[in-house]
Amino acid sequence: MSLGPYASFIVTSYLLVTAVVLILIVWIAIDYRRQKERLRELDASGAIRRSGRSAADIR
Amino acid sequence: MTLIDLANPTRFLTLTARLLPWLAAATAILLLIGLYQSALAPDDYQQGATVKIMFIHVPNAWLSMFVWGVMSLAALGTLVWRHPLADVAAKAAAPIGAAFTFLALVTGSLWGRPMWGTYWEWDARLTSVLILFLMYLGLIALWRAVEDPSRAARAAAILTLVGAINLPIIKFSVDWWNTLHQPASVMRIGGPTLDRAFLIPLLVMAVAFSLLFVTLHLAAMRNEILRRRVRALQMMQARERPA
Repeated sequence: MSLGPYASFIVTSYLLVTAVVLILIVWIAIDYRRQKERLRELDASGAIRRSGRSAADIR
Repeated sequence: MTLIDLANPTRFLTLTARLLPWLAAATAILLLIGLYQSALAPDDYQQGATVKIMFIHVPNAWLSMFVWGVMSLAALGTLVWRHPLADVAAKAAAPIGAAFTFLALVTGSLWGRPMWGTYWEWDARLTSVLILFLMYLGLIALWRAVEDPSRAARAAAILTLVGAINLPIIKFSVDWWNTLHQPASVMRIGGPTLDRAFLIPLLVMAVAFSLLFVTLHLAAMRNEILRRRVRALQMMQARERPA
């Protein structure tokens, strides 16, 4: 597959899209871990949800 | 399961936990198929190999508008039906929409330089998409600036609905004004003008990016529900703490 004289524009476009999509995925995954960790800390400190379930019960 | 059932955040979290692995797998498979087909697509007789940028530029451009459309529906849900997940949906979608819009602008710019001879031109299509990007950033800033989610929700919903005026302007800018940007070649009356060799990879990539959005959006909504649960529990603890 030859990309011709404008290969740098094509490759940069694909790399940029890959990078931004990966950043989105990692950011959302880290945020999920952070929220779960906070709920675990709240659970450990005795916080209980209005439903009576424990704070760390992610359902 | 009905829409009313999904109004319950706990039921929504249960459903999301079941759906996310399947959605993620389907997205990955479709993206791989789309990338493979894009790599094999022939060069355009005028644009050469730069036509390959279309396979990532167009899905991002479509999604930049589609996500604002989803946020506008969610804004109606917040203002009219006061659906408990409507604001969660809008807030979770905004950074993803901003990312798609950023990618549409930058890949368009990288496609424009070899084809038009310039990275940027202040024409109607490019400028209206830049305004869309700035509106996404404004909404994200609004949500971050107001601490109470319920207070931020109403202001954000109104701003989102006002911003929706920009969507038809973006779509029809290439018909209403003289622009460097080419007119619609897929979603047009009379059918697509693209050859099948380009149309099929483009549609596969469009479906793959749409699935990517659904997956990321559900995951971000789950995070937002948990964040609000953390906030509610922290406030409850602060109230119970002796003065």
